[in-house]
Amino acid sequence: MDFIFYFGDVFSPLSFLLLLGGTIGGLILGATPGLSPTMAVALLIPFTFHLEAVQGLILLGAAYTSTVAGGAVSAILLKIPGAPANIATTLDGHQMAKQGQGAKALQLSFLASAVGGIFGVLLLIFLTPLLAEWALAFGPSHLFWLAILGVTVIGSLDSASVVKGLLSGCIGLWLATIGFDDIMGAQRFIFHPSLGGGINIIAALIGLFAIPQVLTMFAKGRRTSGAEVIEVQKHSVLDATKELIRRPLALGIGTITGSIIGLIPGVGGQIAGLVAYDQTKKFSSEKEKFGKGHSEGVIAAEAANNAMVGPSLVPLLTLSIPGSPTAAVLLGGLLIHGIFPGSDLFDNHPDVAWTFINSMLVGQVLMCLFGLYVAGLAARVAQVPQSVMAAIVLALSVFGAYSVQSSMGDVYVMACLGIGMYFLERFGFSAAPLVLGLILGPIAESNFIQGGMIADATVGRASYFLSGGLNLFLIAVVVASVAYSAWMELRSRRYTTKEEAQA
Amino acid sequence: MNRSQHIFGSGLVFAVGIWVAWISYTQAPAEAFLFPRLIASVFVVLAGWTFGKAVLGLSKVGSGVSRTMFLNMVPGLVVMLIYVFWAAKTLGFYTATTIGFFILLSLYDPAPHSEGKTWIKRAVVTACFVAVMYGLFALLLSVYTPREILF
Repeated sequence: MDFIFYFGDVFSPLSFLLLLGGTIGGLILGATPGLSPTMAVALLIPFTFHLEAVQGLILLGAAYTSTVAGGAVSAILLKIPGAPANIATTLDGHQMAKQGQGAKALQLSFLASAVGGIFGVLLLIFLTPLLAEWALAFGPSHLFWLAILGVTVIGSLDSASVVKGLLSGCIGLWLATIGFDDIMGAQRFIFHPSLGGGINIIAALIGLFAIPQVLTMFAKGRRTSGAEVIEVQKHSVLDATKELIRRPLALGIGTITGSIIGLIPGVGGQIAGLVAYDQTKKFSSEKEKFGKGHSEGVIAAEAANNAMVGPSLVPLLTLSIPGSPTAAVLLGGLLIHGIFPGSDLFDNHPDVAWTFINSMLVGQVLMCLFGLYVAGLAARVAQVPQSVMAAIVLALSVFGAYSVQSSMGDVYVMACLGIGMYFLERFGFSAAPLVLGLILGPIAESNFIQGGMIADATVGRASYFLSGGLNLFLIAVVVASVAYSAWMELRSRRYTTKEEAQA
Repeated sequence: MNRSQHIFGSGLVFAVGIWVAWISYTQAPAEAFLFPRLIASVFVVLAGWTFGKAVLGLSKVGSGVSRTMFLNMVPGLVVMLIYVFWAAKTLGFYTATTIGFFILLSLYDPAPHSEGKTWIKRAVVTACFVAVMYGLFALLLSVYTPREILF
């Protein structure tokens, strides 16, 4: 119950102002197609340099929460999901909007998001200390395998191709080794002075997530968003609340599915929303209404994608393993403030950890309140032409990358990584495992070296890294996640081939 | 995506993998390259596998870059490269951003180029955006950025 003692800190003037700003800004960014929560949070990180660690995290946390929810606005009114997490919302949400129930769909989506989100944050509050205590038993070999697990799980689950996902992770791990090594001080892979200090995580995050979006918008040419906003007619919030209460199945399945999926590293909001939608449809007594503008579809999808947010931070705060790409960006935000998440986070920085978590709880309520009233405005912002958006994101990326260390080298690294990532994405590679490799690379390497030293003095390397219950468990999870993803990939390919043959 | 694009993309990644492995296994001191060797070995195997699949025509994932997409992207990419690698430092961040932003808007704005009204709109949007950037970075966050010409 430690978190209660830090509740007051959320309401200090600056913290609350940042929470409000992050929530409203996040709703607008989330509603803008092409701006994913991950990219929004990455672009905001440079603004947090000038803040205290806890205030910076409040801003990032609020933006994370509300961009996921804000994505529902464009999903419902424009039939364009603001983020992949809102794909399932478009299925029934847009149909409802077309039938003149846009306001109801929006209200239901924000109310369901708040319920799911609050449940998810409560899970974060109660699970994190338990897992943090368990994490105290981790030694260098376990931390090494844990870092590898983080990269392989995201690599295999987040990508359409397991091999390309793992390869992306390898590229990230390699990028993390650029610069001087910590033990010998030797130069590694430095072929340009800009790389002397290694690759700056924030510049890399901005480049890897923002620049590919800019290039994608360029590639579309001279086009508008191409969709017309459906007018939102007035609808009573009380009626929407009653409707939500009448749909406990959708709300329950969405919330629980989202929370469980959030705990699994690498499985993002997109899967949470789609699985919850699918499961609700299976158990619903009104199956035939799904896809035709049924409120249960909106409730399940939105409860799930917001319920995922809190639990996705559990492995991040306890084991330093981000549960989602956005959580990986948040890890970058923590690291630049000198806060290393892990088993001792709650001992060394309880004020930062608990205030951040509490702010996410308050943020859910604010997101719901603002969402209910500014949704219509956010939809208008979502119609900003892609040309304006691309130019804005590009300039923000340049300024953001420069402001990290006042170095042009970071701007060059940001641009090169971004352009490279755009083409890699077009060839089926994924940014999330690459970022994870970049972030977890130093953790993996330092524990590999440290473990090696202990092993040389004791049982030998092979025995040290490959034996013991926890080591074997972690290795088994690494293998199982890769094998499962490979099997799923094979199955979906067979299914596609069969469908093609039938067609 | 056609086979040649798959071969080109995965071939490039494979070449990087081989280069990383070669450096990892040949540079000294060996202790400093222990971890890169581990990564490079996995990197080369996976990249080789991907390249092999591409050569055999078995690669299915990835949509590639179509000719239209590429042609649409080129002007923006060129402006971006000039902005990032030359103009930002030489002309100053705010001047370069003003010019770059206006050019990008003009290139990609779906509004007609023949009407004076749309040009005024672009100029106003650019001025407002640069003012916001100046307010945010120079005044609020006190970030010093290179300022060579004008401001």
